Amino acid sequence: MLDPVILFFVLGIAAGLLRSELRLPAAVYELVTIVLLLAIGLKGGVELAKQPLGELLPQMVGVVAMGFLLALAAFPVLRLLGRLARVDAASIAAHYGSVSVGTYAVAVAYLGSRGVPFEEHMPLLLVLLEVPAILVGIVLARGVSRSTRWGSVMHEVFLGKGIVLLLGGLLIGWAAGPEGVVPLEPLFMDLFKGVLALFLLEMGLITAGQVGGLRRHGVFLGAFAIGMPLFSAVVGTGTAMLLGLSLGGTVVLATLAASASYIAVPAAMRISVPEANPTLSLAAALGITFPFNVLIGIPIYHAMATWVHG
Amino acid sequence: MEPHARKLLTIVTEAALEGKILRDLEQLGTRGHTITDARGKGRRGVRDAGWEASANIRVEVVCDAGTAQAVSAYLREHYYRDYAMTVWVIDVEVLRPEKF
Repeated sequence: MLDPVILFFVLGIAAGLLRSELRLPAAVYELVTIVLLLAIGLKGGVELAKQPLGELLPQMVGVVAMGFLLALAAFPVLRLLGRLARVDAASIAAHYGSVSVGTYAVAVAYLGSRGVPFEEHMPLLLVLLEVPAILVGIVLARGVSRSTRWGSVMHEVFLGKGIVLLLGGLLIGWAAGPEGVVPLEPLFMDLFKGVLALFLLEMGLITAGQVGGLRRHGVFLGAFAIGMPLFSAVVGTGTAMLLGLSLGGTVVLATLAASASYIAVPAAMRISVPEANPTLSLAAALGITFPFNVLIGIPIYHAMATWVHG
Repeated sequence: MEPHARKLLTIVTEAALEGKILRDLEQLGTRGHTITDARGKGRRGVRDAGWEASANIRVEVVCDAGTAQAVSAYLREHYYRDYAMTVWVIDVEVLRPEKF
């Protein structure tokens, strides 16, 4: 049975494709995103308060390495098989090496409704996984040239909305501890699914808007946008096994690996690699990969994790 | 009060460029600006401001003719190739010339 929050996503896609005049006001979409990011951060922060950070170091290093690897693996495929321009291949590789918080939230809801526990400090890994691919993307597009203004690139990467809110939530949750966040729970925890439903409704509308861009860019990009997340999920599952994560943790890490960024990376690429065509990466990441992961991918990664955990 | 001739420079472009363009404007010697969120359609497709990546802004600057010329030339050279951007300049009259 499909989780009802997924049905909101389907509703958004259908309304968008049928050209309904439905749209969430931009400010509402922004608020919904902010609540999701903070809620995810807070939840992770509370868990961090319970365990020493040093024990998580291997996982943190492993996840950062995975972020570099995924972007580096995607680039030659896009360049050689897809015959894309260097800047476009680099930009798309960055999108696929990084993560989508929306997809993560759906995976959390998916596991929650099935009662599968997972390591609650995953938001920390989520934050870490956002960054490496962006750096790889910029270096692949530009080379390590002096003309790259790394100061403003770093500002764009680390002070983007996503990282500030996730990291801020983590720190607040960590400082406040489990009892401290109790008064915040009605907004951030109890309403999580409702907020996620609104978010997915708007994501459906946005996804439907990408279909036009997709039609122009053909078969290769479509195949890549499904093949790459499947490959990444295998890498994510392998990494999770190496790091000794639980069944639920394996599903989450595989989902994180499979997801493609559509908030942090597009903004960073637009500023750092302006020659790259944003329509290509957004059509792939939003038009295909996001709905694929949400509708089909996560159950596949769950099955995969169940299989390797025997 | 006598009206004084100035130029109104209007830039419509991607919201992602906001920070960069404001820094440029400052360096090129403008004294102020007004920004509004914008939606529309152009050669680079529909920009409906439904979410960050498709949001547009409209930046308006009142300045003297020389600065307007310098800013348009700078923007054309640095942004026209890779970004969705339209710039136009019209004549306006202001009452307090020392302000612009």
